[in-house]
Amino acid sequence: MNGITGPDLIRAASAIGAGLALIAGIGPGIGEGYAAGKAVEAIGRQPESSGAVTKTLLIGCAMAETTGIYGLFIGLALLFFNPLL
Amino acid sequence: MEGPRIYFTIPIFGGINVNETEVNLLIVTLLLLVVSLILTHKMEKIPRKKTQLLAEKIVITIDNLVESTMGKRYMAFAPYMMTLFASSVFGSLISLVGLRSTTQDFNTTLCWALVTAFFIHYIGFKSSGFKGYLHSFAEPIAVMTPINMIGIVTTPMSMALRHFGNVLGGSAIMTLLYSAFAGVSSMIHLPIPALQVGVPAILSLYFDFFGGCMQAFIFCMLTMVYISNVGPSDDS
Repeated sequence: MNGITGPDLIRAASAIGAGLALIAGIGPGIGEGYAAGKAVEAIGRQPESSGAVTKTLLIGCAMAETTGIYGLFIGLALLFFNPLL
Repeated sequence: MEGPRIYFTIPIFGGINVNETEVNLLIVTLLLLVVSLILTHKMEKIPRKKTQLLAEKIVITIDNLVESTMGKRYMAFAPYMMTLFASSVFGSLISLVGLRSTTQDFNTTLCWALVTAFFIHYIGFKSSGFKGYLHSFAEPIAVMTPINMIGIVTTPMSMALRHFGNVLGGSAIMTLLYSAFAGVSSMIHLPIPALQVGVPAILSLYFDFFGGCMQAFIFCMLTMVYISNVGPSDDS
């Protein structure tokens, strides 16, 4: 266990942290899947309103995606431009 | 993966760095200028040329989108929305020709989001007056005031991070895939790097092309929705 310096430890911990940060992807995945399923139901019920439904779905997905993007951003920050090192 | 290359430094105010993003933004601006000039060259009252028909189609499409999302009152925003959409799409798609996409820089998207934030508060101020503007923070109940105050910062922040994160994530995945395919082709001793050339092109269609257009559209839609939410609605 000799020879492990502080920066090495930070690098190793950052890699684990990046992996943990990407768990944030679960939430948007479930949420967007649910939203898309509901949109399919709505279009199935009212095919003439497919344009409005699709537009709303895309905006809703973008909103739901935000938390996932935050997690991705933290993960990339830890891997590529780590502020701790 | 690294940040934008710095080309040169202007030696005033302690040195201003001119980097890849700024140069590419200038390229995108010039490109859009040339495209606009070509599309609107020698316009006629009864269009005969295809370029004018295309230009009219684009303008009508964006006008309809703005009208259906924001209402007739905000038609003045249609040119700005088209500008935003075009710069975002071209800025993202410029990566297809090997340049660094402009939206891969947080400063670009933050700048656009700050313009949106300015419009949100300006329209809110103009449409409901000083007292009404201050009162809008205490909506729907007074307890919500701190959360609404945080919203001043988080709205542009989340808009900027969403666009930036999507483009950056896409390009990071593409970089990883390129090196992975390069490793696979050298491992099985292919004479030509077929995996490296063929497969990423299809994935790039999704991550670069679809993602870029999608994020540009979402950014414009969110801008329109936020702005039209603070102002009075059409029927009042």
